[in-house]
Amino acid sequence: MRILVTVKFVPDLQSQRSFTDGAVTRTGDDGTMNELDENAVEAALQLKEAAGEGEVYALTVGGADAVAAVRKALQLGADHALHVSDEAIAGSDVFGTAKVIAAAVRKVHEEAPLDLVITGMAALDGLTSMLPTALAAELDWSQLTLASGLTVDGGTATIVRHLPDAHETVSAPLPAVVSVTDEANTPRYPNFKLMMAARTKPVTTWTLADLGVSPAEVGTGAARTRVVVAEERPPRENRQIVTDTGDGGNQLADFLLERGLA
Amino acid sequence: MTAATVAVLVELRDGAVTRPTYEAMTLARSLGTPVAVVLADDFDPAEGARLGTYGAAEVRIVAGDVRLPSRAAAALKQAVGDAAVVLMVSTFVNKEIAARLAVATGAGVVVDAAGAEMIDGRVETTQTVFAATWNVRTRIESERAIVAIRPNTTMAEPAEVPGVAAESVVTVDLPAARESVVSVEPVPAPEGVPLAEAPVVVSGGRGTNGDYTLVRRMAEVLGGAVGASRDATDEGWISHEHMVGQTGTTVTPALYLACGISGAVHHRGGMQASGTIVAVNIDPDAPIFEISDFGVVGDLGDVLPQAIARIEERRRAR
Ligand SMILES: Cc1cc2nc3c(=O)[nH]c(=O)nc-3n(C[C@H](O)[C@H](O)[C@H](O)COP(=O)(O)OP(=O)(O)OC[C@H]3O[C@@H](n4cnc5c(N)ncnc54)[C@H](O)[C@@H]3O)c2cc1C
Ligand SMILES: Nc1ncnc2c1ncn2[C@@H]1O[C@H](COP(=O)(O)O)[C@@H](O)[C@H]1O
Repeated sequence: MRILVTVKFVPDLQSQRSFTDGAVTRTGDDGTMNELDENAVEAALQLKEAAGEGEVYALTVGGADAVAAVRKALQLGADHALHVSDEAIAGSDVFGTAKVIAAAVRKVHEEAPLDLVITGMAALDGLTSMLPTALAAELDWSQLTLASGLTVDGGTATIVRHLPDAHETVSAPLPAVVSVTDEANTPRYPNFKLMMAARTKPVTTWTLADLGVSPAEVGTGAARTRVVVAEERPPRENRQIVTDTGDGGNQLADFLLERGLA
Repeated sequence: MTAATVAVLVELRDGAVTRPTYEAMTLARSLGTPVAVVLADDFDPAEGARLGTYGAAEVRIVAGDVRLPSRAAAALKQAVGDAAVVLMVSTFVNKEIAARLAVATGAGVVVDAAGAEMIDGRVETTQTVFAATWNVRTRIESERAIVAIRPNTTMAEPAEVPGVAAESVVTVDLPAARESVVSVEPVPAPEGVPLAEAPVVVSGGRGTNGDYTLVRRMAEVLGGAVGASRDATDEGWISHEHMVGQTGTTVTPALYLACGISGAVHHRGGMQASGTIVAVNIDPDAPIFEISDFGVVGDLGDVLPQAIARIEERRRAR
């Protein structure tokens, strides 16, 4: 089983997140692997372990700091780390990013065929959830997205998708792009041995030239959308917190009634 | 300059056009001339006429199995023709359709939008990001724009001048898909308004200890939907469809009432853009209070019954 997992470098959820010049500020200090990508790494490791053989590649696209995301994947047990970094990529929209990831996937696939690309369901910075679909379209591989369960049998992958109005079971031939939700599994913690080993494991770094992607196809210039204003929302004004000493419920009711909310 | 054609992907529930679709129709009118696109084998003409009252100049009906996003996107691509803007309701499935359609047409996409305007011939959208702590305005630079709009962000209003709503059936070529749908098990819709569209959401978390009676009762009294934290759905206290948050449903009701919910960043991401936020929690240091307009530090077992009684009493007195 040969699986490539995409992992994104994002600002830590608990940190003060912000924008700089229309882009999400990403620095090594409070950046980390997108939390939902832990589920993707876990899904890959479980499939490899069940198959008893295989390789798991972790791939990230991003600036120099983004290497932290693949290092985290190594700590969790990924076998190889790939980092695509090139100044020309900065400012890419989802379609530019999908082009770069697709080119990297093809490069690995040409060395020896991959069975799966597994992604997280969403990056918790922009929360667009569009990359997995764009990647499947770009690669022209099977698309099995929002999996809360995944099995691979022979040359076929089957997922369960929990949509608000239906639970679907969908299957498709390999190779496939699968995105997994946080329902799919419980990510493991890195163990000490892997953490030590991850420090010295090599990370393969590729530029656009290594992937044969033209800088004109990606980056700010090719982006179809541009953030023109980003501002922090002001905190709520006139917040009122009361302690219940016997009439908290009445106070709550009065607040709602006065505002016309009840 | 003629007004841009704005195609609106219609959402149906039990054969009826949903309210978020009418919200999207209302927004579409401010961007150009709305054309409704219905992907369904079976469509009630009365529903088409109602789309006309919201300004639809045309209603294009496309039949065929479009359960897979790639097929839905292919159908939509053919049905929208050269529409400058495609609007849809922001759902996980529609985001996939939007991404496919964009790859096929070169359109720029914004999903989870809270609004959209036409400025100098291009669509600009507003969204909130980082658990709704930032506002962002995005300009779609490409000639074609796809926008997925969140429910409850535009007020649905009929058009002053109704559209003609000329119905036509569009025949499309659907590509063969690699994926096959093995089975579909419908999830029974919870009673009342669906969570994403509800004007009021009353949510319960771990603090309910598994008993949703009071939360449900409060939701009933306020005419709202019942929500939950992930800890509550993980415990199996309430089904997954009720989960509010970054990986659950994003809600923006006029009123969000959080009962026994601590306000973890994952939860806040799905509700922080709500109009008024109210919390009941026994812990005065619960982070939910930081983003609440009104909070009661107290036991929900005491606070909710008293609040319900007072609201009902006041209503009787009216
Ligand atoms: C990748 C990932 C994604 C996630 N996505 C989501 C998501 O989409 N949505 C989501 O909700 N969570 C999500 N979570 C989980 C999230 O981090 C929190 O664990 C969860 O929201 C906590 O639920 P809670 O507030 O019900 O429980 P707790 O954090 O345990 O809080 C319970 C609260 O109830 C109060 N309480 C207890 N008893 C009473 C009482 N009698 N009366 C009043 N108050 C009382 C306590 O003071 C406490 O503040 C996600 C986590 C991860 C790792
Ligand atoms: N720059 C990136 N590098 C690696 N993986 C990415 C990148 N952007 C998105 N992904 C993957 O795509 C998933 C969905 O991201 P998004 O569509 O941005 O919400 C993430 O969970 C990642 O697995």
